[in-house]
Amino acid sequence: MNSGHHDGDDSAGQRGLLKRLGSVTAVYTVAVFAAEVLFFSIRASDRFLTTNNLILTAQNVAVLTVVACGATFVLITAGVDLSVGSVAILGEVVAAKTIINAGGSGWFDAALGIAAGIGVGVLVGVINGVGIAYLKVPPLIVTLGTMLAGVSAAQIITDGVNVPNRTLSRIGNGRVGGIPYIVLVGLGVVAVAGVLLHFTVFGRHTYAVGSNADAARRVGINVPGHLVKVYALAGALSGFGGVLSLARFNTTSIGGHQSDPLEAIAAAALGGTSVFGGVGSIAGTVVGVWIPGVLRNGIIILGVQPYWQGIIIGLVLVATVWFDQYRRRVAAGTGGLRRTRFRSTRTADRPAHQPIHPPTTTNQEGES
Amino acid sequence: MNGSTPVLEGRGLVRTYGTVQALQGADFAVEAGTVTALIGDNGAGKSTLVKVLSGVEQPDDGMILLDGQPVVFRTPMDAHRLGIETVFQDLALAPHLDAAANAFLGRELRRFGVFNARRAMRRSTIKSFADLGVTTVQDVSAPVMSLSGGQRQAVAIARSAMWAKRVIFLDEPTAALGVVQTRRVLDLIRQIRDRGLGVVLITHTLPDVLDVADRVEVLRFGRRTATFDRDDATVELLVSAITGVYSNVAVEAPTDVTEIDIAGGG
Ligand SMILES: Nc1ncnc2c1ncn2[C@@H]1O[C@H](COP(=O)(O)OP(=O)(O)OP(=O)(O)O)[C@@H](O)[C@H]1O
Ligand SMILES: [Mg+2]
Repeated sequence: MNSGHHDGDDSAGQRGLLKRLGSVTAVYTVAVFAAEVLFFSIRASDRFLTTNNLILTAQNVAVLTVVACGATFVLITAGVDLSVGSVAILGEVVAAKTIINAGGSGWFDAALGIAAGIGVGVLVGVINGVGIAYLKVPPLIVTLGTMLAGVSAAQIITDGVNVPNRTLSRIGNGRVGGIPYIVLVGLGVVAVAGVLLHFTVFGRHTYAVGSNADAARRVGINVPGHLVKVYALAGALSGFGGVLSLARFNTTSIGGHQSDPLEAIAAAALGGTSVFGGVGSIAGTVVGVWIPGVLRNGIIILGVQPYWQGIIIGLVLVATVWFDQYRRRVAAGTGGLRRTRFRSTRTADRPAHQPIHPPTTTNQEGES
Repeated sequence: MNGSTPVLEGRGLVRTYGTVQALQGADFAVEAGTVTALIGDNGAGKSTLVKVLSGVEQPDDGMILLDGQPVVFRTPMDAHRLGIETVFQDLALAPHLDAAANAFLGRELRRFGVFNARRAMRRSTIKSFADLGVTTVQDVSAPVMSLSGGQRQAVAIARSAMWAKRVIFLDEPTAALGVVQTRRVLDLIRQIRDRGLGVVLITHTLPDVLDVADRVEVLRFGRRTATFDRDDATVELLVSAITGVYSNVAVEAPTDVTEIDIAGGG
């Protein structure tokens, strides 16, 4: 993963925002992650803290990592994409069918299938983007629509029967130097997404659109066009996530990926991305993917009923975001050094149009 | 008024919103190196006039002249390209981005075509702010939402000043500010004027008008009803012009000829 959260993100104001605000979230998220690792290390160090287990976990979170990177961009624009799971299924299905129709073996067929899987993701992403940016239908509704339609389309394409295919298996299960290809691919996506978000004009405009779309428009940014690109990117990554999933499991999974969208949003939120837009980082999302990933892995190692996962992850998610905001409120109210240090973060996660509740202490206006 | 060609001029501008005639043949002119205050009662059409002259809104009728040449602004970008910048009342800043990112928003300096030239933009922002005497914004890397209202105002004004080549409009830039911050903004306005730009200041604070303006134009019911050189203006006179008691531009008969000696008016 790149060092992004602090060093890379000048768009959100690396020395300002993320050192003061983003890092507040990041500190707690990393603390949660560390506590989790510590807990499992103590309880089951012999099986948990092994290279093999680390690699296995990395392999397991690779697909969600790719999908969540796209979701991070979307959330930063103050949008949401519920269709990522359906797009992943479509990606799997279209990739598998393309490969089979092309003959089913060899580099070229594989490449064709991968391209088709990504392509269908772009297509759905563009549909999402156009519906949201030009037809002005709320993101929740548009992507709910494509979520439903996507699964349906996958069922139509396959007649509802999963398509087995091993052509991409080497990507999903092969290793180089002991490291699975799929992990390297995931790392590659993280690196590219991190650079795109934190170092390019495109990334900066993504923050600007989520921070104040009206301001972005008035400085000449093509806001609808940018939104289409962002949703297309999320679609491409979801489609690619589906391709990776096909590669790993050697079959499509029409009934699967249902929790992908929410897991991706949870990962981003755990990593400090604001659902109100304007704030977020790829590095944070990666940590946000690993928290449930490690939990799942640890629970299995400890032999706890896997059904507890959801409750634990749900609690951790809400608690992390609550704790973060609670700290900001407390910090804002205690005065002195902390107050000035955290004052700027107090309004951070509020949308611009929401009134800030009047503080109960006297020294709030912060003219120091 | 002196005889030099205004850098930006509107003649006979008409803008209707449904049944509301926001501008009913308004004239307006600003000269380079001067501060022109645009005053008038609520709903007089000041903001509409600014929007029309900065490409945000299209006039239904009338013409806009830049350095004496007719121009048409289809978008704010058209006006930007010709060196006209506007500080809107809501500032139009992206609160999560820092001052440098906001200053260059939509006009980023790039490396290899796609990357932010972050250092260059930061350096250039610091320099521009320093040249403008904006000392309130110490940290151009802090997100704008962490700044005070006055500092944000300074960022918005400095951004426009960085890019403006000819004219800068400021729509009620001091409305939300305290005494000290207002003073800073007025100083900044003088600074910008002294660089040879035409500055248009909209405000309801008449003492500020007399403090900083070189000329005053009064708008009433979508028309210019009075113009003053600063030395001729007093608060009382401005109040009577705003309320319609005083006028020194003949507009008494609304549908009749206005006393403009140049053809092409509304
Ligand atoms: N977008 C719009 N739609 C409909 N009516 C509008 C619109 N913009 C302005 N108006 C109307 O045009 C008239 C002039 O408005 P404008 O905002 O230009 O006034 P103003 O002089 O800036 O007033 P204020 O001092 O209150 O800011 C008002 O009657 C207003 O209601
Ligand atoms: Mg106004």
